[in-house]
Amino acid sequence: MAHSTADAAVAGHAHDHHDHAHDDHAHAAPSGFMRWLTTTNHKDIGTMYLWFSLTMFFVGGVLALGIRAELFKPGLQLWHPEFFNQLTTMHGLIMVFGAIMPAFVGFANWLVPLQIGAPDMAFARMNNWSFWLLPPAATLLVVSFFVPGGATAAGWTLYAPLTTQMGPGMDLAIFALHILGASSIMGSINIVVTILNMRAPGMTLMKMPMFVWTWLITAYLLIAVMPVLAGAITMTLTDRHFGTAFFNAAGGGDPVMFQHVFWFFGHPEVYIMILPAFGIVSHVIPAFARKPLFGYSSMVYATSSIAILSFIVWAHHMFVVGMPAAGVLFFMYATVLIAVPTGVKVFNWLATMWRGSMTFETPMLFAVGFLFVFTMGGFTGLICAIAPIDLQIQDTYYVVAHFHYVLVAGSLFAMFSGAYFWLPKWTGHMYDETLGKWHFWLSIIFFNVTFFPMHFLGLAGMPRRIPDYNIQFADFNMLATIGAFGFGLSQLVFLYTVLKCIRGGEKATAQVWEGAEGLEWTLSSPPPYHSFEVPPQVK
Amino acid sequence: MLSTSTKYYVPAPSTRMFWGSIALLCLAFGAASWMNGASSGRWVVLVGFAFLLVMLVGWFSDVIAESEGGSYNHQVDIGFRWGMSWFIFSEVMFFAAFFGALFYARNLAVPWLGDIDHKLLWPDFSATWPTAGPMGEKFAPMSAGGIPAWNTAILLTSGVTLTIAHHALRANHRRSLLIWLGATVGLGALFLFLQATEYMHAYSELNLKLTSGIYGTTFFMLTGFHGFHVTLGAIMLTVMWFRCAKGHFKPDHHFGFEAVAWYWHFVDVVWLLLFVLVYYL
Repeated sequence: MAHSTADAAVAGHAHDHHDHAHDDHAHAAPSGFMRWLTTTNHKDIGTMYLWFSLTMFFVGGVLALGIRAELFKPGLQLWHPEFFNQLTTMHGLIMVFGAIMPAFVGFANWLVPLQIGAPDMAFARMNNWSFWLLPPAATLLVVSFFVPGGATAAGWTLYAPLTTQMGPGMDLAIFALHILGASSIMGSINIVVTILNMRAPGMTLMKMPMFVWTWLITAYLLIAVMPVLAGAITMTLTDRHFGTAFFNAAGGGDPVMFQHVFWFFGHPEVYIMILPAFGIVSHVIPAFARKPLFGYSSMVYATSSIAILSFIVWAHHMFVVGMPAAGVLFFMYATVLIAVPTGVKVFNWLATMWRGSMTFETPMLFAVGFLFVFTMGGFTGLICAIAPIDLQIQDTYYVVAHFHYVLVAGSLFAMFSGAYFWLPKWTGHMYDETLGKWHFWLSIIFFNVTFFPMHFLGLAGMPRRIPDYNIQFADFNMLATIGAFGFGLSQLVFLYTVLKCIRGGEKATAQVWEGAEGLEWTLSSPPPYHSFEVPPQVK
Repeated sequence: MLSTSTKYYVPAPSTRMFWGSIALLCLAFGAASWMNGASSGRWVVLVGFAFLLVMLVGWFSDVIAESEGGSYNHQVDIGFRWGMSWFIFSEVMFFAAFFGALFYARNLAVPWLGDIDHKLLWPDFSATWPTAGPMGEKFAPMSAGGIPAWNTAILLTSGVTLTIAHHALRANHRRSLLIWLGATVGLGALFLFLQATEYMHAYSELNLKLTSGIYGTTFFMLTGFHGFHVTLGAIMLTVMWFRCAKGHFKPDHHFGFEAVAWYWHFVDVVWLLLFVLVYYL
């Protein structure tokens, strides 16, 4: 091999099982902080993604608790309304772009090369940059709270003309989103190319693990829509500072146009945040039901159908802006159609469990919890999709309840499931099962205490993104706030469990779970720093 | 032990990417303060841009050195092909957002502004394209003849000269390669010069500005982003010219060149759409 890096042993890697016969692959790796700063290793980068997103999850969570504290009782007690709006906006932006999306990329970094038998990601340096773009973007978002006028308060959907009137915090948010978008596009190109180009011999597309399939499709969606978001916020920026008239009716533009461009990004984005979750659950349920996944190929086709349909449903977020009736009907029917492939998935998971010899370790608890609560979020989604009903519940707490059921109990619970499932593989130690179970039960109970009452609040007409409310909504709001603080504190159990698992615990075997299948379980726990230098044969 | 050619090349750790991130952080903070009236922000932008430039030059030098050093096997080459294709797809989607805005404004937003509901607010507004909207200043639209037509011919010709250069590279005719590639760069530069002339004509004689309502907005944003891409493409072609002059690339191994050619053709296709949808219709 031509490159001339020294063949010093990879110092500082606790889990270095490096075979010195392959030394031309071992670079003089820096240790300590520089290891993480400069790394081109998919496992290191995956770990950084996961820690970054967990950090942002707690930051976004604190903002959410700020929202719930204000809503504990009617009247204004803690914040100015303007600051309340900043809290809702930044909670949304940070959770979507800082917590959920990077966490799934972290899973992809760790798992895709292991599951397809590749030596690393296709573009290892670009992989590093995709990660290291995130901390600057997060800095921009957090610092925006402290500039004159504070952070943007236009809602995470950044609708014009609110966004064209905000202070400098809006510009920082726009640039943060540009950087996050660049990170996502590079990360996605990396994942797509890794999957298409680096599978072990014999691993045909229809033999790929479901997580890999869902990420292939997710990455495709990301490459397709992140540039559209970049376009939308660029238009916002030029409308703000350079006198363009995209969203200004006096110049012949239209504020509603922003919503169309944004939701053309935004709806596929919804599936970007749930498809990898489907992938994780499709690994966990078969492992603990000790049966192969039911209907593998229908899962693949269902995932693809969801991705295709996601491009033609965006205006169901805009039923009240005044679209022609034909438009409303089209978007309503297209949206309802998505229930079909999603239903296929739910029934496949149920059929996988049918007559399985099931055990309920923490990953399985979270997977079953996901199935139960996510499906409820899916049903409320169908209700929101029916245009005449949506006219009533648009911008109420019903919608807030709906998307937290699919995003928290959907994406987040699936990630917890995946984290417990693969933590022994990543760290080499079993996590504390008792703590894991506590985490699950506290999470699912407090989650429902927080968000279930919001359905009633929304149906009764409580608007979202408002810091005060009518006295009739007081009881359910108090309940939701108690639930939110309980949910937030329960997540400290997760943090503690992860730290404990990293520091020690029962040694994990390579197989870890007796029912688990896939190439990642053929490697030691933790896997060697450079895995699959020799590609495995897949039959 | 494996023979080296079967191994997938995984590059060594590097600090470049981190500096690139710091550069973008400077660019973002600098631009945000500059746009909000703190003129010192421009120096931060300058520093950020300089950092980014140094980082990118260094990164690409690494890639060139690795490529010429033979580190990239066939599988790596295929990875680059996939990667470039998906990158161009993302660029297509970026332009799609702006073309979508043009479509929406022309076919939906502007007609709605002229409908009966808006007569009360703006009785004199006639919803015809081109328009600067109900409150916009008068301007004359850009015609498709003249410079835009010439520019279409120039870009199409540059696509041909680039293809001839590519054939020369495959036949290992260095001299012809350099001539035709140089011609392509020249045509790209001529295009940009004419585009700049057209902008000056628009501002000084047509009163057509970025602020001329939705027509000016879509006209300058679409042609402006395209011009920016032509600039990038021309820089990339220039780098390729110097690499070819230094003897880089082999008749059967020159994806760097091909990637730039793909990009140039993509920019060409975007121009054709612009010519039809922005200038002609």
